[in-house]
Amino acid sequence: MLNQKGYEKKQKSNEFVDIYIMGKRYNVPSSLTIMKAFEYAGYTLLRGCGCRAGFCGACSTVYRIAGNHELKVGLACQTKVENDMYLTQIPFYPAHKVNYEIDKLQGDGDQVVELYPEITKCLGCNACSNVCPQDIKVMKYVSHAIRGEISKAADESFDCLLCGLCASKCPANIVQYKVGLLCRRLHGKYLAPKASHIKERINEIEEDKFDKQLDELTNASKDELANKYNNRDIEK
Amino acid sequence: MSYTSQLRELIKRVEKTREERLGHDFPRMTPEQKQDVLNNHHPDYIKDQFRKAKIGPNKGDRFPHELCDVIEGYPAVKWDEIDTSKIDYDVDVLVVGGGGAGASASLLAHEAGADVLLTTKLRFGDSNTVMAQGGIQAADKSNDSPATHYLDVIGGGHYSNVPELVRALVTDAPSVIDWLEDLGVMFDKEDDGSMKTRHGGGTSKKRMHSARDYTGAEIMRVLRDEVLCRDINVVEFSPVVELLMDKEGKAAGAVIYNFETEEYQVVKAKTVIITTGGLGRLHTQKFPTSNHYGATADGLVLAYRAGAKLAFMDTVQYHPTGASYPEQIEGFLITEKVRGLGATPINVDGEQFVYHLETRDVEASAIIRECAKGKGITTPSGMQGVWLDSPMIDKLHGEGTIEKELPAMVRQFARFGVDIKKDPILVYPTLHYQNGGILINDKCESSVENLYVAGEASGGTHGRNRLMGNSLLDILVLGRRAGKNAAAKAQSIDNKSAELNLEHAEKFVEELKKEGIKRTKTSPILIPDYTDGELS
Repeated sequence: MLNQKGYEKKQKSNEFVDIYIMGKRYNVPSSLTIMKAFEYAGYTLLRGCGCRAGFCGACSTVYRIAGNHELKVGLACQTKVENDMYLTQIPFYPAHKVNYEIDKLQGDGDQVVELYPEITKCLGCNACSNVCPQDIKVMKYVSHAIRGEISKAADESFDCLLCGLCASKCPANIVQYKVGLLCRRLHGKYLAPKASHIKERINEIEEDKFDKQLDELTNASKDELANKYNNRDIEK
Repeated sequence: MSYTSQLRELIKRVEKTREERLGHDFPRMTPEQKQDVLNNHHPDYIKDQFRKAKIGPNKGDRFPHELCDVIEGYPAVKWDEIDTSKIDYDVDVLVVGGGGAGASASLLAHEAGADVLLTTKLRFGDSNTVMAQGGIQAADKSNDSPATHYLDVIGGGHYSNVPELVRALVTDAPSVIDWLEDLGVMFDKEDDGSMKTRHGGGTSKKRMHSARDYTGAEIMRVLRDEVLCRDINVVEFSPVVELLMDKEGKAAGAVIYNFETEEYQVVKAKTVIITTGGLGRLHTQKFPTSNHYGATADGLVLAYRAGAKLAFMDTVQYHPTGASYPEQIEGFLITEKVRGLGATPINVDGEQFVYHLETRDVEASAIIRECAKGKGITTPSGMQGVWLDSPMIDKLHGEGTIEKELPAMVRQFARFGVDIKKDPILVYPTLHYQNGGILINDKCESSVENLYVAGEASGGTHGRNRLMGNSLLDILVLGRRAGKNAAAKAQSIDNKSAELNLEHAEKFVEELKKEGIKRTKTSPILIPDYTDGELS
């Protein structure tokens, strides 16, 4: 079944490619992701490895293919190896962070430009969008932010993993991913309509409305609980 | 790698039965049927995959071999290199771990006026939290109640859960959602602001709140931002390798290890909170895992050596739907939201064989049983799987639903040439969650004084099986409680003259020797070794 996959699988894989990690050549199965190829080559990853599933943005990798000048980037856990791939990882990229007290901000249009004034220097080169491993239209959400359209910027940037590759390419030194994060927080806190049913429920809990029911359940025997559980109403 | 021609042929069978399956729910199992499939097919019930712990507070209890291996490891710390009287950090509250539980504990402790240090093995925020996709439960709608939530949790956990912890979970849930909304988390909402909620496996009411299928990522990035905005001291790439105790045997700090300089540092703290997550990367029973790289049970090892009792360590959660194809994403999580939206499991003949929203242990066991019957699909890399018929979702809820509700899943598969809007997905259970952990009470206190635990590292809340959306909830409920309580306790502690020591670890080594356990392994293991290619 699932067991003993590793070695067997490696042997089954008859296609191998050459990759270069920090300049050293390794021959690895072509089916591997960059991350697994690093490990296949004997590296134990520390920086540059996180969730291994495309959610944390820790494994930003820069590469080029032999014969081609273009520097490409990707997440090591989500990109397959190619022949003659020259790899290096950039797991830490220093970026400017503005500290703010979210409670003291406002959801108005000027807020983002005030905290991150450099966004107005966007050259419109679109390097940020081209480099995004999530295919987010980064320049578009920065434009929204410049225009004070916080909710649009929040929506457009939603799938951001904060990997920082956008900022690594920006000639205007914009830290796009942090601008997106601020817009999302402002939208979530100030601009999205509030869920009134939550406050109502919190009040009911504070008024001990459910204490009796919960006392009964807490003290119930296993059989009583099973009986209640097996006969509970299930919402369609 | 898109589907091979053989798989394409098999997909036709799924398509053939799709129309007639629409609108016809497969019957739910009776309690007897559930017990039967668990007994015969759930990995927890395979006796030879467990052994009795030889040492420590749970001596004689049944643990998975892989957990015993780390529990029975020798401390990795080099004793003679550590001078515990030379203090590098002196704080009120030390938070060990940088996921959702660690971040929320830090925020609440900081709010209570404590001087907080958060130390984490990898980057701050890199954790299972960030990978949680489907949602977070809270009974905050008018047709629901904390009591109903309680019943779902305890039924899902086979009535073994610690009642006070379940009660804490369901009672704090609405205020956790309120707190997140106030911090700026973007939940999926209706136009009037009410939360969009859905079912998860085993829920009796639709109480799953989500942020598309990036729910955990959205929560984590907001919490991390908030911690950083408040200037709470965060030290990354510095795992705790041993707890420090005072002369009275109370937790009083920790030894942290700088991965890069290979130096040890001593943290003195009035209270310590462990939020290190679970054991997924121990790969119990050689299962692939949906877990974060750092999930190597470190907190359990540290706390156990210090004398903390563990609970429910003989049960592990295998998520019913891990990817079994393409090879590059084997074991990755296919969020339960996919089933919540109506995708159903289908066998090689195009037949549904289990109701799609059974609890995770039952659903996973049913999938394992179907494959054992020979009704599974063998992938090109030799894995087993069944179909999860994702195109049903758009049929049920309208074109565009998948795109809107499951962007992460669409992207995950599109990267490897599979369009989940048009074609079903191949899935097989993947090691997902540590049901057990360090036993705590509803103040998040462990059995060791001044040692608090929150999140997946803690045990008791979920009993023998956790429902979807209750982990994102518990990390925040317990994280907040741990932070608040640890900060309050710290106020009453005077540790000026406390002498920090590692005697508990030395005693543990003596006990290991007495039991005839040789020094072949050290723990905590910190980083899993994948260089041999056996698993990943």
